[in-house]
Amino acid sequence: MIAIIDYGVGNLFSVEKALLQLGAQVEVTNDESVIRQAQKIVLPGVGAFGDCMENLRASGLIPAIMDMVQQGYPLLGICVGLQILFEGSEESPGVSGLGVFSGTVRKIKAPGLKIPHMGWNSLDVAEPHQPIDLFAGLASIPYVYFVHSYHAVPADKDIITATAEYGETLTAAVARGNVQATQFHPEKSGDVGLDILKNFIQG
Amino acid sequence: MYTKRIIPCLDVKDGRVVKGTNFVGLRDAGNPVDLAARYDKERADELVFLDITASHEKRNTMVRMASDCASQVFIPFTVGGGIRTVEDMRIMLKAGADKTSVNTAAIKNPDLLRQGAEKFGRQCIVLAVDARRNGEDSWEVYINGGRTPTGLDCLAWIKKAVALGAGEILLTSMDADGTKDGYDIALTKAVSEAVDVPVIASGGAGNLEHFYDVLTLGKADAVLAASVFHYGQFTVRQVKDYLKSRGVEVRF
Repeated sequence: MIAIIDYGVGNLFSVEKALLQLGAQVEVTNDESVIRQAQKIVLPGVGAFGDCMENLRASGLIPAIMDMVQQGYPLLGICVGLQILFEGSEESPGVSGLGVFSGTVRKIKAPGLKIPHMGWNSLDVAEPHQPIDLFAGLASIPYVYFVHSYHAVPADKDIITATAEYGETLTAAVARGNVQATQFHPEKSGDVGLDILKNFIQG
Repeated sequence: MYTKRIIPCLDVKDGRVVKGTNFVGLRDAGNPVDLAARYDKERADELVFLDITASHEKRNTMVRMASDCASQVFIPFTVGGGIRTVEDMRIMLKAGADKTSVNTAAIKNPDLLRQGAEKFGRQCIVLAVDARRNGEDSWEVYINGGRTPTGLDCLAWIKKAVALGAGEILLTSMDADGTKDGYDIALTKAVSEAVDVPVIASGGAGNLEHFYDVLTLGKADAVLAASVFHYGQFTVRQVKDYLKSRGVEVRF
């Protein structure tokens, strides 16, 4: 069973439906015991970094999520669910993230371009060297759907598994060990997004 | 590469897709979710559903359609028409819509834009504007499906709306809509240069060059079209092939 963490932010409907369409067993949950029974976890996130962290703290689910990560269960962060895996964000100074990855989240610098970076952009996928390769078997130029104004700047560049160009080189996906995350929305990225989610389910 | 978006628009009445010329003389063009799936296969980048029923007792039909669409089609979509309150927005977003568009309701209550943006994020709040030229480089905003003039200057209204919380502009030229003579380039360019949020150009698509012109000369971020797609004049893919051949980045 894949647990989609429901901590009161964002629209979980599409993530749930996409995983169901791919044949996964899914529970949208805010119940710690369900999370601890899951084989995999999806950590979504929409809105401001600070609001997400505040809601997640208030939910009391952080210990369960961190235990599962430490025990090696696969986790997929999506959008702000990627960002909160880092230590902090320019968007919400003074608010600590989960700190699974070293580094911070910064405002996109794209002079002359519109912010948020909203729409379809192509991924430059790095050579796979992670246990789960989200990008296996994709089209040679995979396009995915983004909506964000901030992006992660990891201390260790080796965790970056995909980038996208928008005024500067943006972190589009990161991974280390059992923890995967995408800045874009695979559940809104058509066939390519479904293939990415399938790789997560099967990985 | 970041791409320009091609967005088929589905006007929905009583759960069925229709599209008229100059908003009069509607013709049935099918089931909205089936059409959405077809457009997804053709590589449409996004979809817009406009509920032209807008009678309150039929609202649930549209909520169910949004939910069915989000269960079967995994690209972003906007629902508009009859969205009057933050609660209307919440219901549509919860049903699986990615964005909601408001037009008349925002003019009657501009604070709706601010409230919606605060609650759901401005990326969820699309301002739909129907504009008609009333002078050199000057356009007036119309409401009620383009029937009622408001006296509002188009550029002034859009700037105010973006300051309040509109995250994207769906701009329809009443002069061009239904003519197939091309998008209103001057209007689109004026709006696109006036605000820093994306502008979707709508109204007037008749041939492939029209798409190219409004995305380049008109500086639009996305183009919306209905009848040329519904009645098979072009597929989305043909539009994209053409744009690609002219050097415009599109997604395949």
